[in-house]
Amino acid sequence: MIKKNIFILLFLVIVNSVSYAASQKSELAEKYKAINNINNKASLQRGAKYFVNYCSGCHSLKYMRMSTLAEDLNIEEVVFSQNLLFSNKKIGETMTIPMSESDAILWFNAIPPDLSLTARSKGPDYIYSKLNTYYEDDSSPTGFNNIALPNTSMPNILAGLQGGQKLELDDKNNPVGFIKISKGTHNDLEYKQLTNDITNFLVYVSEPAKLRRYSMGFWVLMFIFIFTIIAYYTKKEFWKDVH
Amino acid sequence: MSEISGKIDDKSSPSGVIGWVDERLPILSFVRNHLTHYYTPKNFNFWYFFGSLAFLILFLQIFTGIFLAMHYKPDAKLAFDSVEFIMRDVNLGWLIRYMHSTGASAFFVVVYLHMFRALMYGSFKKPRELIWLFGVFIYLALMAEAFMGYLLPWGQMSYWGAQVIINLFTTIPFIGQELGIWIRGDFAISDPTLTRFFALHIVAVPMVILLLVILHLAALHTVGSNNPDGVEIKKHKDENGVPLDGIPFHPYYTVKDFVGIGVFLFLFALTVFFIPEMGGYFLEHANFIPANPLVTPDHIAPVWYFTPFYSILRAIPDPAYGALAMAMSIVVLFFMPWIDSNPIKSIRYRSMLFRINLFVFVIGFLILGYLGVKAPTPLYSALALRFSEMYFIFFALLYFYSSARGNLYSYIFTGAIVFLIAIYDVARITSDNYISVLIGLASVCIFIMFMTLTPLFSNLNKEKQVPDRITG
Repeated sequence: MIKKNIFILLFLVIVNSVSYAASQKSELAEKYKAINNINNKASLQRGAKYFVNYCSGCHSLKYMRMSTLAEDLNIEEVVFSQNLLFSNKKIGETMTIPMSESDAILWFNAIPPDLSLTARSKGPDYIYSKLNTYYEDDSSPTGFNNIALPNTSMPNILAGLQGGQKLELDDKNNPVGFIKISKGTHNDLEYKQLTNDITNFLVYVSEPAKLRRYSMGFWVLMFIFIFTIIAYYTKKEFWKDVH
Repeated sequence: MSEISGKIDDKSSPSGVIGWVDERLPILSFVRNHLTHYYTPKNFNFWYFFGSLAFLILFLQIFTGIFLAMHYKPDAKLAFDSVEFIMRDVNLGWLIRYMHSTGASAFFVVVYLHMFRALMYGSFKKPRELIWLFGVFIYLALMAEAFMGYLLPWGQMSYWGAQVIINLFTTIPFIGQELGIWIRGDFAISDPTLTRFFALHIVAVPMVILLLVILHLAALHTVGSNNPDGVEIKKHKDENGVPLDGIPFHPYYTVKDFVGIGVFLFLFALTVFFIPEMGGYFLEHANFIPANPLVTPDHIAPVWYFTPFYSILRAIPDPAYGALAMAMSIVVLFFMPWIDSNPIKSIRYRSMLFRINLFVFVIGFLILGYLGVKAPTPLYSALALRFSEMYFIFFALLYFYSSARGNLYSYIFTGAIVFLIAIYDVARITSDNYISVLIGLASVCIFIMFMTLTPLFSNLNKEKQVPDRITG
């Protein structure tokens, strides 16, 4: 009987598909929209550099093969090996990380997610707003909190670049913006550019085929178009005698 | 054997290899009977492309599916990774996979349009009942095929979507729980579920579909195609027994179908290369997260082609009755030839009320589909219930229009439907929802009364004279 009730409960939860989290989405986080252009190779190269320097300590890209990355981003393999490759890795491997899951739990109380597909599952704007909406919060164990992902266990890695900021609240205690409290190495515009490059890079990583499918698609469509025109006039010719 | 080959003219009887084979296997008479001397009405329009397109997609799915199966790994630990391996490391793997995923949606687009054509031109009516029945079986098999295929990427939506559907079976009284375990092969969806769905998806169901398609076509070629006028071309033949309004399928419709195939492939390639996710409708965003039995996604929506039926399921709060309503919404399709027994086939010669009924049904079906994608709000739930009622009312009205109805019959029929709907509303009305219940009830009742009682006072249900031959 209990089992049956659990099933019915489960069923109801699923059928009603509660979109509670969706309603909690902060308007402030929604304000941050990434500008994506995966054909901007310079942006992708910068994004790759920032990712390897700042993110890849904890976040893997376990589906991203480095040789594909080097080829797609027009980075020569020698240059890639010298600058972007971890010491013990080969270029034909994927971008996994040496940190073990048990260490991650010990240090962060969470496993940093693999980011190969985040741009496809949560969207580029989520990544961009996550990187831009950190603020100082003394109640959090890391000293930082985040608007896009409240109570995140990820520390604000880019704080030194962005500078410190505090949350600006309106009279109803709703977050409406940020107040700068200390300077970083980058000004606002530079920081947005940097986080946009990282986002752009992750959009590429989420689907490397995107670089190929547009150009291939154009020729396929051209072929089908010509085929259809020929088919149409053939049909017309054959049907001349049908009345 | 001699009888079949006797049909071929002596002078065109081939020699050489073809002749040798033909004496042992009737290839020439087959081509003759089903292509070059198979007579089809000359007035097929746009709506008649979708049969051949469905056939094309079936083979496209089998072809791409074979290549996917070479690289896919049906194992709960490896499945998700192997799909990403196909997307990234297999040469043109992304193309094959997008063709397969887009093909699934395209299949349903084409099949829905094909079914709508049958409703418009009465293609399910005598003598084509079996064609329709095989068709509905194909549609059922296709739903099973799509559902099982959707589990294979082993993403969050694969997992939780399958959870919802399998839980439907657990609502069956007495045997439900056992049935659920039997389907899953476990107490929860897990590796055994994945492996058996893989086997069914790539071997069992495709074979069933192929067999049903053969039966569907064999039945079609026995009685011949219907057409937009809904008249039988076999009634008027020339001295050689060739229908006056018929033309050989080949070359006329083969060359014509190539135009349809061209237009279809253009749209198909446009989707595959430029918008394969279709904004999250063909490939859902949450399916790029590996299946996690411990985390329920915020919002579970089935893929778009199931959403009209999903809406009907959700319209009734009690899971068992909801599942029953959903099952009925598909079962009712099997009875179409006997529900609508009006001798006039084509919409061209049927009454204005029939047209309104069909139009409202299509709009309602689309709205149900839209509601099935959305998270339910009180308004959406109320709408879903009303359009679910409208879904069934469509069939009731089709039955009603089967022949001329008298005064008494019309009133009793109207009263019966209104009573059935009202009694459900009475059972659930409360002080909180009475406004929406009453508005909904009133709207549906006004629609029914308009559809069933206006024939008594107007000529809205007047049918037109069906011509003797095809009009052009």
